[in-house]
Amino acid sequence: MLADAARGFLDKSAPVKAFRDLRDAGQTHDAKMWKEMAAMGWAGVLVPESAGGVDMGHAAAGVLAHEMGKTLVVSPFLSTAVIAATALRHVSDARAEAALAKIASGDATYALAVDETSKFNPDATAMTATAEGNGFRLTGKKTFVVDGALADRLLVLAKTDNGLTLFDIPADRAGITRNAQNMIDARDSARIDFDNVEATGDDVLGQVDDAMTVLKPAIEAGQAALAAEMAGVAAGAFGMTVGYLKERKQFGTLIGTFQALQHRAAHLWCEIEVTASAVLHAGRKLDEDPENATMAVSLAKARATSTARLAVQEGVQMHGGIGMTDAFDIGFYMKRARVGAEWLGDYGYHANQVAKHRGF
Amino acid sequence: MQSDQELKHFRAELREWLEANCPAEMRGGEPSEASVCWGGKSFEFESDAQRVWMERAASKGYTVPTWPVEYGGAGMNRAQEKIFIEEMDRIEARSPLQSFGIWMLGPALLHFGTHEQKLHYLPPIARGEIRWCQGYSEPGAGSDLASVQTKGEDKGDHWLVNGQKIWTSYADKADWIFALIRTDRDAPKHKGISFLLIDMEDEGVETRPIKLISGASVFCETFFTNVQVPKEQIVGDENRGWDVAKYLLTHEREMISGGGQGLSGGRALGAVLNESLAEGQEMDTVLRADAMRCEVDALAIGLTLERYKDQAEAGTGAGDASAMLKYMGTELNMQRHELLMAAGGSDALEWDGPLGNRPADWLRTKANSIEGGTSEVMLSIISRRVLGLPG
Repeated sequence: MLADAARGFLDKSAPVKAFRDLRDAGQTHDAKMWKEMAAMGWAGVLVPESAGGVDMGHAAAGVLAHEMGKTLVVSPFLSTAVIAATALRHVSDARAEAALAKIASGDATYALAVDETSKFNPDATAMTATAEGNGFRLTGKKTFVVDGALADRLLVLAKTDNGLTLFDIPADRAGITRNAQNMIDARDSARIDFDNVEATGDDVLGQVDDAMTVLKPAIEAGQAALAAEMAGVAAGAFGMTVGYLKERKQFGTLIGTFQALQHRAAHLWCEIEVTASAVLHAGRKLDEDPENATMAVSLAKARATSTARLAVQEGVQMHGGIGMTDAFDIGFYMKRARVGAEWLGDYGYHANQVAKHRGF
Repeated sequence: MQSDQELKHFRAELREWLEANCPAEMRGGEPSEASVCWGGKSFEFESDAQRVWMERAASKGYTVPTWPVEYGGAGMNRAQEKIFIEEMDRIEARSPLQSFGIWMLGPALLHFGTHEQKLHYLPPIARGEIRWCQGYSEPGAGSDLASVQTKGEDKGDHWLVNGQKIWTSYADKADWIFALIRTDRDAPKHKGISFLLIDMEDEGVETRPIKLISGASVFCETFFTNVQVPKEQIVGDENRGWDVAKYLLTHEREMISGGGQGLSGGRALGAVLNESLAEGQEMDTVLRADAMRCEVDALAIGLTLERYKDQAEAGTGAGDASAMLKYMGTELNMQRHELLMAAGGSDALEWDGPLGNRPADWLRTKANSIEGGTSEVMLSIISRRVLGLPG
């Protein structure tokens, strides 16, 4: 139901053509569309009703992300509506409530600044937040900050005296230099320098030296929604590919009659079905038993990563030469899948998480 | 639908019963083909505990928990069945009874059988008294199953059956066989088949085991020479046996995929692999990576089986998607056994060596991607019926 409603809107307002136009115009954000999504309640999907949200939960957020993935929608949904909203929900004060309200209304966007090297590893954070007076000074570098060049606010993970601390600061604060990167998937991502950036105690989300109470659920929510989006990317690429098999002729016949291609397509469908189960399970687990959702989330992200990779590879292969051209959409799926594979932990990271939970 | 309170009560009672009644010897251990309780007239229990466990479970309907009580089951709904599986897993209880009667014939009878047939055939299956085998394939009808030639001539009150079946798993140990018999030679090949139930003790039924690469003889050849099969031993309508056969195949495929816990266990692969390594030895990087991939896929495929079972209760069975479950589940199981062999090293190379049945189990899995429809047949089914790709 939710999926159908979302599909109806996206087919009209955000087909792949919309992404292509955005890219061709050198843009990475469509502010008007985000406002429309907010008006439909998507920005507030995880925001409590008391703060103006619709509070539908992680499974529903996954459904939306999945539909957006199918047509490569560009929006701050994951960074803002999922990751930031989940973090803020784990802080119960009036400031967080106000921040959540601004997310739900579409008036504030966020980006998560965690990565410092080319691989996701929050525990190895080196950026420092040095105590000074009643506040802190943040110094260091972040990379692969998705939505980071345009977001209004940044969630920044930094090392404090006795642990890690999460800061929520405006992106235009003095000392912050944002360098938008030219990404393969044509979306917003930035390298960000923090040079002695001032932060007050009010800027801390949760407790000092205890970032993970707030950040872990936020990251897991993001990973689950990203898995859903990537499953959508796989489904979108698959749909294009099967469509092509039914219309392209070679050797005087539809290429979809060739058993070699039929079996590749059928195998891919199987992988997509299996991944769909893992994605569904992760969303439900986050809604029903969030304390113990780590394995379910990692399972979903690992499966979605490998399935999306297969889907785009098979997509290009079965399209043949035309799949290599920029004029054709399948290449967009390939690039989106590669970026999604790295964001918030790659296949190896998540497979290791699963193994750890399974006792090896 | 029951309240949470009722389900909680159900769980508590079940847990108590399992604690009290599942013998210690019937808990834990990697499931192996050799430790399965198959039941049947000639079944030799590996231990008293195995027999006792089967009998106790059967007395509560727990050998076939979802079947109606009047047919020997416990009448569990999907929510209760989930709890049952969880509680069995919790104490690592072995399945008290597994059989083709439970996995295949039972569901087909429940769907197509008359009330009398259900009352007559199902309870002995549930109690492990009668063991069934499947007479589908023939020397000339493998992947092309519908071209069966074993014929049944209409003789008024009975069919006179003549022909040969092959790959009839455990036919030498089975008491009865359900078989596809051509009862109309002039009809198109899918339309002239009937689904008959035949007593293996009848005159004219002969079976010969085929020795396999695993050293075991799980598959047989079965011959029918002028076997008289009473007319009431047909399931479904005359010449409509293909409908029954197809329905049964979807259950068989789900079973082979792991849904019946027949071939894959619930334990973490990594833990099992660790146990098989020599003392002080660590899993090498490649084995560990393969094991992780396999574990990720196993968990996701397990969730997929559950998802389809949930849908089945909501009224939409796996249908053509059972081909996906079969394909993914068996390919995974074969991969799993490859890793078990790799972890076992040279210890896994001896028949009845330090790792017991491991090599035989490994070789047995090589049939997984063939039996019940090959992987390629599964992919063709998906391509045509699910994806709608042109013939």
